Amino acid sequence: MSEQLYTAKDFKSDQYVRWCPGCGDHALLNSLHKAMAGLGIAPHMTAVISGIGCSSRLPYYMNTYGFHTIHGRAAAIATGVKVANPELTVWQISGDGDGLAIGGNHFIHALRRNVNINIVLLNNRIYGLTKGQYSPTSPRGFVSKSSPYGTVEDPFRPAELAFGARGRFFGRCVDVDAACSIEVLTASAKHKGASVVEVLQNCVIFNDGCHNAVATKEGRAKNAIYLKHGEPMLFGENNEKGLMQEGFGLKVVTLGENGITEKDILVHNAHCEDNTLHMKLALMEGPDFPIALGVIRDVESPSYDECVYAQIEEVRAKKPARTLEDFLLSGDKWEIK
Amino acid sequence: MADELVVKELERVVVRFSGDSGDGMQLAGNIFSNLSAVLGNDISTFPDYPAEIRAPQGTISGVSGFQVHIGAKKVFTSGDKCDVLVAMNPAALKTNAKYLTPQSIIIIDADSFTKKDLEKALFVTDDPFKELGLSQQVIDAPITSMCKESLKESGLDNKAAIRCKNMFALGLVCWLFNRPLDYAMHMLQEKFAKKPTIADANIKVLTDGYNYGHNTHASVSTYIVESKGEKEKGFYTDVNGNLATSYGLVAAAEKAGLQLFLGSYPITPATDILHNLAKFKELGVITVQCEDEISGACSAIGASFAGNLAVTTTSGPGVCLKSEAINLAVIAELPLVIVNVQRGGPSTGMPTKSEQTDLLQAVYGRNGESPLVVIAATSPTNCFDSAYMAAKIALEHMTPVMLLTDGYIANGSAAWKIPSLKDYPEIKPNYVTKEMQEGWKPYVRNTISQVRYWAVPGMEGFMHRVGGLEKDYVTSAISTDPDNHQRMTITRQAKIDYIANCIPDIEIQGDKDADLLVVGWGGTYGHLYSAVEKCHEEGKKVALAHFQYINPLPKNTEEVLKGFKKIVVVEQNLGQFAGLLRMKIPGLDICQLNRVKGQPFNVTRLVEEFTKLMEGM
Repeated sequence: MSEQLYTAKDFKSDQYVRWCPGCGDHALLNSLHKAMAGLGIAPHMTAVISGIGCSSRLPYYMNTYGFHTIHGRAAAIATGVKVANPELTVWQISGDGDGLAIGGNHFIHALRRNVNINIVLLNNRIYGLTKGQYSPTSPRGFVSKSSPYGTVEDPFRPAELAFGARGRFFGRCVDVDAACSIEVLTASAKHKGASVVEVLQNCVIFNDGCHNAVATKEGRAKNAIYLKHGEPMLFGENNEKGLMQEGFGLKVVTLGENGITEKDILVHNAHCEDNTLHMKLALMEGPDFPIALGVIRDVESPSYDECVYAQIEEVRAKKPARTLEDFLLSGDKWEIK
Repeated sequence: MADELVVKELERVVVRFSGDSGDGMQLAGNIFSNLSAVLGNDISTFPDYPAEIRAPQGTISGVSGFQVHIGAKKVFTSGDKCDVLVAMNPAALKTNAKYLTPQSIIIIDADSFTKKDLEKALFVTDDPFKELGLSQQVIDAPITSMCKESLKESGLDNKAAIRCKNMFALGLVCWLFNRPLDYAMHMLQEKFAKKPTIADANIKVLTDGYNYGHNTHASVSTYIVESKGEKEKGFYTDVNGNLATSYGLVAAAEKAGLQLFLGSYPITPATDILHNLAKFKELGVITVQCEDEISGACSAIGASFAGNLAVTTTSGPGVCLKSEAINLAVIAELPLVIVNVQRGGPSTGMPTKSEQTDLLQAVYGRNGESPLVVIAATSPTNCFDSAYMAAKIALEHMTPVMLLTDGYIANGSAAWKIPSLKDYPEIKPNYVTKEMQEGWKPYVRNTISQVRYWAVPGMEGFMHRVGGLEKDYVTSAISTDPDNHQRMTITRQAKIDYIANCIPDIEIQGDKDADLLVVGWGGTYGHLYSAVEKCHEEGKKVALAHFQYINPLPKNTEEVLKGFKKIVVVEQNLGQFAGLLRMKIPGLDICQLNRVKGQPFNVTRLVEEFTKLMEGM
């Protein structure tokens, strides 16, 4: 690979980062700087759009064009930015409250339209900035300031929502896991169309340990599977376990047991149009199954912004008017002499 | 009866087509107004239709009307009363009886005045005319059966044939006004270009309707409205307010050299602007039909941030939903045009009826001190200029601008001279220049206009962050410093106030030393102007100050208003502009004339009321 055009430093702003010490956002911010540097897209061709919430402060820490907007609307605003100028690489930073509660409608429609934006969904399963209420991703029974006796509602599972909205890219990483984060963020930016990266992010103040199973390297080795397109779905401290299909579902197997060899293990196909297996993988939960990390789904299709301009060109090829006056004078009119 | 035929020459005439919402009255009315315009008449139209797509047939709630006022000289309103009423059924007759004068002519479809039809329209006797106390001339033509007869060899089925009956009525009206049919035929051919059988059927019925009138010389007078050649030379087309608004936005984008972006969600009566702009692909216009009103405004704000001329269109309830986003554009100081085609409120209110009840919502309806520019279009054709100016001010002053139109001018149409854009002022956004790069911050301002400089993403060296949090006046970083907030709040207000220097002064129409100054704003201009003219003709001293610029007000407003002894503010709300004037200009003695019926003003009534006000002096 040729020398990198940019370094992470080129994407850092001079603002003091104000997240709580130990917040998962710090790590993700660093990974994002590195991913952007690796992409080789100039800071002035990059726009970072966010809503409201702790994670939505992120644009201030970027030396790119940035817009810290209003609660829940980042996807709608990012859509406008991208459609207005498709040359820009557009990132959307949202938390689970911003993206899936107040902004749930814009989230699903941005995915449905397949606007070429990179949605980074920082999921800490809690409202941090308003100081500790349950969020739409908090598990049933979750005790918080606004649910002192536990919630009596089920959470959204972001992947399920994304696939239901016809999402064509879904990746997942853990905030402190830089290598995987950089890889997934980079893949999401390279994906043409709307992409979602769910970042399993820790809120050290209000929901510490919410992703405990995968928070450490050791934990991930035991409890996570890194999915890579074209590679067998192996995991475990010594890659001794794998995933196989069983009926309509998946099962965890151990290599060497019952005559199972690597050949029997499912090979990941992120590009498969049908999302059935992607959904199964994305919804895996411990303790019986590993949590899937990496690029789970990555299926190309025409993006909305690209189609908008293609349609304009198509009409232009047939209709000659380029100014309003041309247009009006070629329509229904009469002359007063 | 030929000897009884009189051809009258008229200055102006009002025709109202009225029937079931499925009867095609809007089309018949539209064609009639257009062909009158082509003949050089001035036109002003008023479609008056129910919110339901197809209300129960034959009932009062399903009546759809289209009124057109045609004049030899300029006409300013769609008319109070009608000279000719086409009533396709008893419900239409009943609903519109109040618009008749003793001299009116009523054309009815005799086939749809059966006992059953009368019952549907809640008549209790079998003589609807007597029951309504009407004694006008009536042409009772068996329109439905003649329409069927006319098309019996066309191959169309019964249902399809009956759908052409609006053309029979139109043919009759064309005969009544000595209108040649060529242009109507041309329009039908255009409209049904892809369905030649339907086009032919409509043209046949239209012709038969005309001939029916001619042959029977139905014992009424026919009229000629000659054009009096006052119009400026040039090419004309027919526009309604929504179309003129659409054109105005396209014109502004062209003049500014920017891409036009519309983010919108369908809502009556604003949706047509979305329809219109979605068609202009060859002009590079981008329209996004969003998932909701909020997204309409937000996507436009995103597009504005990215350097487009960004617009969102809606009506009152939509503005409620957009207001948080509009406020983001206020604090981020981004150009944005919000078009509010006002309708009857509150809540869902009366979607297809017109009101001026969103004035204070436009000026103040957001949290915080949140000043923005408010412009109100005064007529269908003025929507073009107003939209153009809204865009110009938004781009040059980095501010949201709310353009208020209303259902009446949005759907009403008039003949419009196709403008030449070279006659319109330049639009020059306050862009950053290369030299500013060193130490530039996003909230650095022009010291006179207070406008911040616009650095569009994609420009090297101007990367910056803006957002909804208060920023430091100097460093543009997030700030909650008390003095800074005061300074920024005052600066945002000063920026809007400065725009008073960039808009025309308010002009007084009529006597400068009038006893009564009529003050209005927005879409009621035609009615107020006509009423003031009429008072003038009657020898009364009345003047009119009609506001197009609401916030900021023209800078001579105080001086002008203080020059009159008596002021009446006339508006279609309960006194919102009157209240605003009282607040902005203390010491004014203002009377109010308010009406919230969802219908346009009645010029005759206005004249009576102005007269009464003057007598009370």
